[in-house]
Amino acid sequence: MIDFGFSISKSSHIQMDNVDLKLFNKLEALNPDISTCMACGLCTATCSAGNFTDASFRKIILMLQRGKDKEALEKVKKCMMCGKCILVCSRGINTRNILLSITRIYNEEDK
Amino acid sequence: MKEHNILIIGGGPAGMETAYQLKQLGLKPIIIERNDRLGGHLAQWDRLFPTSETAVGLLERLKENTKDIEVKLDSRITNIEKINGTFHVSLSTNKNFEVDAVVVCTGFELFNAERKQEYGYGIYDRVITNAELEDYFKTHDDKRVDEPRRIGFVHCVGSRDVKVNNTYCSKVCCATALKQACEIKDEFPDADVYCFYMDLRMFGKGYEDLYLRAQKDFDIKCVRGRVCEVSENIEGKLVIKAEDTLLGTPMKMTLDLLVLMCGMEKAKGVEEIQKMLNLESNNDGFIENSGSFVGINRTKGKGVFVAGACTSPKTLPDTIAEARSTAMEVFNYLIHNC
Repeated sequence: MIDFGFSISKSSHIQMDNVDLKLFNKLEALNPDISTCMACGLCTATCSAGNFTDASFRKIILMLQRGKDKEALEKVKKCMMCGKCILVCSRGINTRNILLSITRIYNEEDK
Repeated sequence: MKEHNILIIGGGPAGMETAYQLKQLGLKPIIIERNDRLGGHLAQWDRLFPTSETAVGLLERLKENTKDIEVKLDSRITNIEKINGTFHVSLSTNKNFEVDAVVVCTGFELFNAERKQEYGYGIYDRVITNAELEDYFKTHDDKRVDEPRRIGFVHCVGSRDVKVNNTYCSKVCCATALKQACEIKDEFPDADVYCFYMDLRMFGKGYEDLYLRAQKDFDIKCVRGRVCEVSENIEGKLVIKAEDTLLGTPMKMTLDLLVLMCGMEKAKGVEEIQKMLNLESNNDGFIENSGSFVGINRTKGKGVFVAGACTSPKTLPDTIAEARSTAMEVFNYLIHNC
């Protein structure tokens, strides 16, 4: 194949038809409060790690819902488990428990 | 107090409730309705937000209250002339009578979804409106609703959109969308239901509970972002594009059914009534009333009042509350002026 110096850019669209939500559904079954997030951003605003990194509980959940598991797990790594997000969440979501569930469910899949 | 006739233009919830309250105050309201039945849009609805109680329950209650009131169905007003403080009314049925006050309760029209051509209503079979879904819930007779596995709701269709010259919020669509989303999920539990919203304006009593219920008990997935276009694939399914604005990424999705939440617009033919009564329109195209606070029930015309969604989009509780306050305004006007 001759290299003409051109390439095809990949679509930036999330193709929801191809997203496999099997793990997310498992996570949701264990933590039903996950679906009540209304994206207010309190968790991210108060996040100690979020002041210095791109850690954001809200975005982690959203990314998992949209099949961006890898990026989400990168963010999870930055969490220090301080639990401030539980204190502020206006929907009363048990954020820390969900983060622990994520590491358990999604890492099991890796093995 | 001598007997006063009051003309009520429109036999929807606003007209029915205003008439009932005027009757209670010892006055003689006359309802003029262009259709062959009372109830307006309420008569076409199956269940009401936020609790999904039946529309027929409220309708029957309103009908019961108006059963002793003079109602002229299938009638249009052809002329109103004000002579010495009395309104002389002529109807399409060639009847004429006199009244001391007029209450305009002409309500609203649902936005014609064909005007947002990018959503494909009237082009693609599986794009339906909120009113058509409500009709399906009533009759269960709509071939387009065929065991859908993935359903989308588009909020703000014809509202908050300069492209259709409607910059206002229609107030009822957010709650209606979540109500209908829960109801269709209840019917098809295996379906994934997505609501595409810009803001969820759940302002009323019990609306926020409905939002929480939709998320928690029905797993309705709310996506912040407006659907920009709809197309059909070779299998006849719908492909939609939107941006997930909370993630900042565009997304694509195949759907079996798309429901457009059509907002409110001024009622068709209301211009004729406005001309007869010398009523102006506001920027949103609805009838202009006398201010946003104490003058909501009044117009510039002496003896001409308004109630309900003819002045701006309103929920049913708003409409009924306004109808009651309009009745009181009419009563006070008649005491002091007639």
